[in-house]
Amino acid sequence: MNNLLRTSPQKTAGLVIGIFVLLVCIVSSIVFGVADIKWRTVVDSFTAFNGSQEHLIIRTARAPRAFIAAIAGAALAVAGALMQGITRNPLASPSLFGINAGAAFFIVAASAFFGASGLSAFATLGFIGAAFTALLVYVLGSIGKDGLTPLKVTLAGASMTAFFSSLSLGVLLTGGQTFDQVLYWFVGSVAGRDMATFNSAAPYMGAALLGSFVLARHMNLLALGEDVATGLGQKTVFVKMGAAVVIVLLAGGSVSIAGPIAFVGIIIPHVTRYLVGIDYRWTLPYCAVLGGILLLAADIGSRYIAFPKEVPVGVMTAILGVPFFVYIARQGGRAHE
Amino acid sequence: MKGASRVSAIQADKLTLSYGKKPIFSDLDLRIPEGRITVFIGSNGCGKSTLLRSLARLLKPEQGTVLLGGSEIAKLSGKEIARRLAILPQGPLAPEGLTVHQLVKQGRYPYQSFLQQWSREDEAMVNKALQATGMDELAGRSIDSLSGGQRQRAWIAMTLAQNTSTILLDEPTTFLDMAHQIEILDLLFDLNERENRTVAMVLHDINLACRYAHHIVAVKAGAVYAEGAPEEIVDEKLIREVFGMECQVTRDPILGTPLVIPYGKGRKVTARE
Repeated sequence: MNNLLRTSPQKTAGLVIGIFVLLVCIVSSIVFGVADIKWRTVVDSFTAFNGSQEHLIIRTARAPRAFIAAIAGAALAVAGALMQGITRNPLASPSLFGINAGAAFFIVAASAFFGASGLSAFATLGFIGAAFTALLVYVLGSIGKDGLTPLKVTLAGASMTAFFSSLSLGVLLTGGQTFDQVLYWFVGSVAGRDMATFNSAAPYMGAALLGSFVLARHMNLLALGEDVATGLGQKTVFVKMGAAVVIVLLAGGSVSIAGPIAFVGIIIPHVTRYLVGIDYRWTLPYCAVLGGILLLAADIGSRYIAFPKEVPVGVMTAILGVPFFVYIARQGGRAHE
Repeated sequence: MKGASRVSAIQADKLTLSYGKKPIFSDLDLRIPEGRITVFIGSNGCGKSTLLRSLARLLKPEQGTVLLGGSEIAKLSGKEIARRLAILPQGPLAPEGLTVHQLVKQGRYPYQSFLQQWSREDEAMVNKALQATGMDELAGRSIDSLSGGQRQRAWIAMTLAQNTSTILLDEPTTFLDMAHQIEILDLLFDLNERENRTVAMVLHDINLACRYAHHIVAVKAGAVYAEGAPEEIVDEKLIREVFGMECQVTRDPILGTPLVIPYGKGRKVTARE
């Protein structure tokens, strides 16, 4: 595989450019929309807030939306890269491992049986559901004498996805109540969130992103296989557990604040491997930056594709993702063998 | 050490090993002599790989101890072991796109920590390992673009970068053609000769085992059937007992080591004048 950026200076420059583009996307996300806002006003709303309609839109709607898109995109991409590494499955991502379906089921069940409603309640429920499902998949994938194997964990993820999706649909169909809010959440969206939602998730998601960068060196060794890594003195159990915790915080966090957004976790790791190769010390930071850019760009695009109506960003990423998914499948997952 | 003029690099005492619930070895005593080449032979599934894995702490024994240079392996940290003992498992697989240089650098993992990152010594050991295996020219190539023999040399370079006095290898020549098998075994032979490294490996080919090993351990059904110098222990009876095969044992016309020629079937050619 010939990656595009070969030397360290090239990769550093690429990352700096990426961060710049990310910032441009964040500002663009705040500026563009049904009501276009001047750049100047955006700066003023933070430096000299005057309580005007525009400033309020910026601070309560546009800014949280941009920040959530950025961190959710970054988290999904990094979680996807780690999952693909741990499972040695190039199609691994939160949506294929039952984490999204588990989060969805908890939200559906809680609103049907306990009357839970509102996005902040959904955020908490989604995170619990995601963590619970991840734990379940991890345990199911570890049963047997040879411990956690890529194949078993993939099968466990697939069966949990099918299981929780069916349960969710069952509850939705028999519930007989209005599930508009739930249905909207189901597609995945970053609209309509407030800053409190972002603030509740940002600290642990940020910590998990940093944690993933610490894991990078150890992930490089684990990629050579369990026996080789153990032979070189690695405590592979700790690395796998660390990766699992990071994955749960990132995937669970993003599904809880933005709903199940598919494909970012698959597309971006493959794009970064094409750009910088397979060294996790480079791919994970690139994943974070490019994942943020993709979700921000998809969200901005979602405001214009059926203007003036907005399309949920989850639909946008799916439109972008399916052709990509087919492309990877046709490659036979060579990137990981 | 008892009975042997050489000290043991690795010593196993009363080892009981099992895979899942199936017991494989019980109460096994074994010594890997220091500074020599030891080869494990035995039929498929006799447990020789299991034994090697347990000596490298990849498999935890049910009972008994493995001593590495006199200290109990279970009490050493993973990195401490990795600075003294390298293990190359059977058929290792590198992720696509990994270069030879990136692979060999991983051999320095046991010398690094959060505070101690890449050092000048790490760089020197990596270069030395690349040179010793003749991989310096190919350092920038990706592993998957190499031939089978080159790949195996790259993996051996990684274990050399570990700079350990003992190297264990599980079937390092499997799937290689004869020329590449000789190339790999010559390399290991040189490492033992020049740098006095202890080499212990599992080999399928009895004749190659006899040719390169100072010490052979013949494993049969979860026990050591015989051990010693090939010229002392390899005979028709051993091959019959260990491999269930009738053969004639003669001398290698080049080196004089035991040469096993199976009876079996085959075309017969009478020499023409």
